[in-house]
Amino acid sequence: MIEVNEKYCKGCNLCIEFCPRDALEPAEELNEKGVHPPVEVEDRCVNCHLCELICPDFAIIVEEEEEV
Amino acid sequence: MAEEQKFETEEKVERKQKTGMINAKELEEKYLRKGMMPHIFCTGCGIGTVLGLTLRAMEEIDMDLDNTVFLSGIGCSSRLPGYIDVDSLHTTHGRALAFATGVKITNPDLNVVIFTGDGDCIGIGGNHFIHAARRNIDITVIAVNNYIYGMTGGQVAPTTPEGDYATTAPHGNVEPPFDMSEMAMSAGATYVARWDLTKPVQPMKSIKEGLENKGMSFIELLSPCTTAYARQNKVGDIQEFWEWYDDRTMLAEEYEFEEEFSPMEEWEEIKEKMKIGVLKHEEKKSLGERMQEKIEEVKI
Repeated sequence: MIEVNEKYCKGCNLCIEFCPRDALEPAEELNEKGVHPPVEVEDRCVNCHLCELICPDFAIIVEEEEEV
Repeated sequence: MAEEQKFETEEKVERKQKTGMINAKELEEKYLRKGMMPHIFCTGCGIGTVLGLTLRAMEEIDMDLDNTVFLSGIGCSSRLPGYIDVDSLHTTHGRALAFATGVKITNPDLNVVIFTGDGDCIGIGGNHFIHAARRNIDITVIAVNNYIYGMTGGQVAPTTPEGDYATTAPHGNVEPPFDMSEMAMSAGATYVARWDLTKPVQPMKSIKEGLENKGMSFIELLSPCTTAYARQNKVGDIQEFWEWYDDRTMLAEEYEFEEEFSPMEEWEEIKEKMKIGVLKHEEKKSLGERMQEKIEEVKI
């Protein structure tokens, strides 16, 4: 599960462009800085943590979901 | 309450074992000053990534924060120690390495880490840099190279590639650029690595090795400057800019292979690329060790 801290996001789109699984897309609504923060596309993320590593703004947290 | 806390820490330990790192929120709580985020850097700037990678590398080797000093000079990258919740020195332009020498000599037990930029390190502080490398002081220098003086409005820096545009070179730069890593290697640093930030794991590993290395460690990170450099050089949006970095760099092993075996015409194209990777790693006595030996020798 990808958590996005909308307050920190500056809208550089690095996470959206470089996700190898296309698990993120721009949100329809703007955040308080006036940019479209990323939101997760369901059932795409495989927890590779790449977006978390390249995010310059500490805005993305990838939490691994427990398998049921 | 106590049980909850214990549960939390166990969960963290488990995650750390599984993924090898802590997540961004824990990183922020543990290492960054409260109320400083979101940071000041421009949209798409690589310096935030450099901070994240450094903190993750520190977490991996369990660095003692009470025993660590961060230093910086002047420039965009030199704002970084202000965000980290450790003792730090924000010094005059180009003199971070001179201050670091003093800190390390006075108290050899401290871990000394320096954030510096291309203008700060090789431009204004060029001489300090050469002599710090020559003395092989036990410090870690993380140099953020963005090819330009970003903070002051995009003037030509000593690392700006020939032909690139800047505020003070509106028709293209005519000066040949400095190669910071080559300079560090030839001056005598013991660990030298260069990476671009499009590959986040390798620079993190290099920073870790640099922090562990006894002697001068120099890690050059090619970081995109989206405001001053990309705008003047018409690089395009952030994706194109990152791909541009991939086109301009080549792994050191591959580069050496091409140098030896590729035909003349191909080599002419490849020649301009920057070598990335761990360029040098050797064991040599650091200044502290040599001084200690001398003290033992002359002690009455």
